[in-house]
Amino acid sequence: MDNEKLKDFILKQIPAADFEENAQYLLAIVPASHIHSISLELKNNPETRFDYLFCLTGVDYPDHMQVIYHLKSTELNHYTVIKARIDSREKPEIDTVCDIWHTAEFHEREVYDLFGIVFRNHPDLRRIFLDEEWVGYPLRKDYKDPYNMIEY
Amino acid sequence: MKFLYDFGYLTGSIHEWLSARMDPPVVTLVETIIVAVCFMILFAVLGLVLVYAERKISAFFQQRLGPMRVGKWGTAQTIADVIKLLFKEPLVNKDADKFLFNLAPYIIMISAFLAIAALPFAKGLHALDFDIGIFYVSAVSSLGVIGILLAGWSSSNKYSLIGAMRSGAQIISYELSVGLSLLTIIVLTGSLQLSTIVESQADGWWIFKGHLPAVIAFLIFMIASTAETNRGPFDLAEAESELTAGFHTEYSGMKFAFFFLAEFANMFIVAAIGATVFLGGWMPFYIGGFTGFNAVMDFIPPIFWFLGKVAFMIFMMMWFRWTFPRLRIDQLLTLEWKYLLPINLVNIVVMAFIGLMGWHF
Amino acid sequence: MKEIEEQEIQELESQEYFINMGPQHPSTHGVLRLVLSLDGEIIRKVEPHLGYIHRSIEKMCEHDSYQQIIHLTDRMDYLSCHMLNEAVCLGVENGLEVEIPERVKVIRTIISELTRLSSHQLWWGVMGMDLGAITTFLYGFRDREMITDIFEETCGARLTMSYNIPGGLMFDIHPNFQKRTKDFIVHFKKKLPEYDKLLSDNVIFRERTRGIGVLSKEDAISYGVTGPSGRGSGFSCDVRKHNPYSAYPKVEFREILREEGDCFARYKCRIDEMWESLNIIDQLIDNIPEGDYKVQTRTVIKLPKGEFYQKVETARGEFGVYIISDGMKSPYRLKFRSPGFSNLSALDKMSRGCKIADLVAIMSTLDLVIPDIDR
Repeated sequence: MDNEKLKDFILKQIPAADFEENAQYLLAIVPASHIHSISLELKNNPETRFDYLFCLTGVDYPDHMQVIYHLKSTELNHYTVIKARIDSREKPEIDTVCDIWHTAEFHEREVYDLFGIVFRNHPDLRRIFLDEEWVGYPLRKDYKDPYNMIEY
Repeated sequence: MKFLYDFGYLTGSIHEWLSARMDPPVVTLVETIIVAVCFMILFAVLGLVLVYAERKISAFFQQRLGPMRVGKWGTAQTIADVIKLLFKEPLVNKDADKFLFNLAPYIIMISAFLAIAALPFAKGLHALDFDIGIFYVSAVSSLGVIGILLAGWSSSNKYSLIGAMRSGAQIISYELSVGLSLLTIIVLTGSLQLSTIVESQADGWWIFKGHLPAVIAFLIFMIASTAETNRGPFDLAEAESELTAGFHTEYSGMKFAFFFLAEFANMFIVAAIGATVFLGGWMPFYIGGFTGFNAVMDFIPPIFWFLGKVAFMIFMMMWFRWTFPRLRIDQLLTLEWKYLLPINLVNIVVMAFIGLMGWHF
Repeated sequence: MKEIEEQEIQELESQEYFINMGPQHPSTHGVLRLVLSLDGEIIRKVEPHLGYIHRSIEKMCEHDSYQQIIHLTDRMDYLSCHMLNEAVCLGVENGLEVEIPERVKVIRTIISELTRLSSHQLWWGVMGMDLGAITTFLYGFRDREMITDIFEETCGARLTMSYNIPGGLMFDIHPNFQKRTKDFIVHFKKKLPEYDKLLSDNVIFRERTRGIGVLSKEDAISYGVTGPSGRGSGFSCDVRKHNPYSAYPKVEFREILREEGDCFARYKCRIDEMWESLNIIDQLIDNIPEGDYKVQTRTVIKLPKGEFYQKVETARGEFGVYIISDGMKSPYRLKFRSPGFSNLSALDKMSRGCKIADLVAIMSTLDLVIPDIDR
């Protein structure tokens, strides 16, 4: 499928989706509550068949957070990027996609560890790199750690 | 130089010298002490030579030089290692069972000592000549497994326990194969006594006289005895890359040196048994009617024949270790119970048949 | 009475035997802690604990300039460091939309393939050592020494090379580079069949790796297992074929795929990949185009606003650099998609029902480098 058809496909599923222009791959921004349904649809639909999630990232913006999913279809050879927008920075929550792509198990633990985004229904949501007792989420922009960080 | 060919002259003259000065019980006591001291020196020298040989041989297989700095060509390396081990702090776990922890290395050493005492080194140089020689050696070398199990259990360390259990299962399985392959030759000699076995090879080594079944028995003996000594492709009890030293993880200093030494002594013992039973012990290599050749072979003293054959067997065992990957525990036990044991049993029946019909040389 | 008996039986069965393959262990290839829950020798569950070498490289990248980030990537997967450097440089160059000279592309590809060879040689040596054939370790390192000597002469360092900069290479290649590389290829083509036969034809090795740690193709795609580990399960994921970069569009090579998905398939994939690398270097080494070795960029590089994703094929799998830039001199967010992270997530699935000895074999065929996973 080319980018136009993918855009129509996603818009049909989620009318509230937004798109960024002139990006490397087709980039769709969806609200966080729809992420599980759109992922399931993108994976199972025979026209899209996105079975390979190759990158799961978290980003911290001043007023919201995003979880970014880079998807590829190994059969149909097309790419897409889904950005799930989480509006709350105090208690960020989103549904997990572990049951759809197993690679998300470790990646979502990493995003939870470094950003504090809680993934609902994750089988084993614990910190992965830092200690269990660590306080704070280091990759957030407002993280302060006078002992470990040097202020520029 | 006469005594080099028949040590009976040396032992006889010492016995006369002592009897002339003391009563018979004291003579026996003094002779016992002399023999014991000789064996302790033998142990120490064995340790020195075999450790150095292993390091050099492994280095040459791996295209490097090995120890070169301590002494000329690194010959004093083992002495330096022993001094280092003596200086180490003997750590014991807080949770370890102290009595068993300290007892385990001694049991292994004792079993090695008892077995070495019964080996025929040369004509007249045979300390314990029982009429159940082979049976005695097999029985006594199986005491070693108790030491390993004690070491693993008393260390109160899960890795040690796993290593010890693996080793225990392995050793008691392979004892069967060792015993049966030795039995294949006993069928032909008709006697368990080691000196009789050696003398019966005066007209040729059993591995040649017994042709095919003897060769098969020899191969099975090589495999099984490498497994018995926890060496080579069967060293998963101390698999360095899985269990970080297995059953002797918690031992340091002199106790670790005992385990190490006992492994080399065990290697010497199985090589010596193999050389005695299959390769003729201290008998030189004769070929039928070539009297000239036989005279040259006779020129080399029997003690050097014996040591040469043992060195050859030890070299083979070291070659195995540095070439092959190691087997997994279930593959090892499968090898023994499903392959070696049936082959062994069939081999014995074939050999008994051959012995009965007189089809051996 | 019956209730008490039943309760006792339940408690005994629920006792699991935990073993810790701790951070210091000869075969975890770095500081990885595995908590195994065992039933005798059979593994019920493997739980990796990471973070022993977590240096928060991604946070550091948010304060560093793009040239400094390249030096940080060296320390991640240090066995394929040139390819990681190349990934960041290509990402920045695509963002700035500069055209790289042909000479740079060819040299980058040659050095990438040499890095891949040296990484696979180390993997081969360590695999033999893990399974007990200790001699292979020394044979592997002997040839790796020749490659690192070539690198030392041209790039200035043996392990963490940082030879790439955004815009090209740091300096031109040494005059001896071509000759030494050609001599090495001739030498290695004779040695590789020996090494192959030493382990592949050994019956003990085959018994220890055939049928062990099977990963199906669907699982490989779902867990994101790439590189030779994924290609051993039939997952066609070679970035050099699907998204070619540098000089890869010009060379001919095969993508090695196998169907079985067990340890032996992954092992054979890497050995065959070594042959393909030799092939690629052969095609390129005599035809290095003349030209500049770099394009002049500004001293302070500022990527335009937007996001850029660059993939490369390292010795372990698909490595991705995801840069979100807001026009400043450091990226707003830089994410490294490391192949080891996803490969490790499949370890639990592959090793259920195997024995401890099999776990060692599986981990060595996955070829993990822990600093790459922990970043």
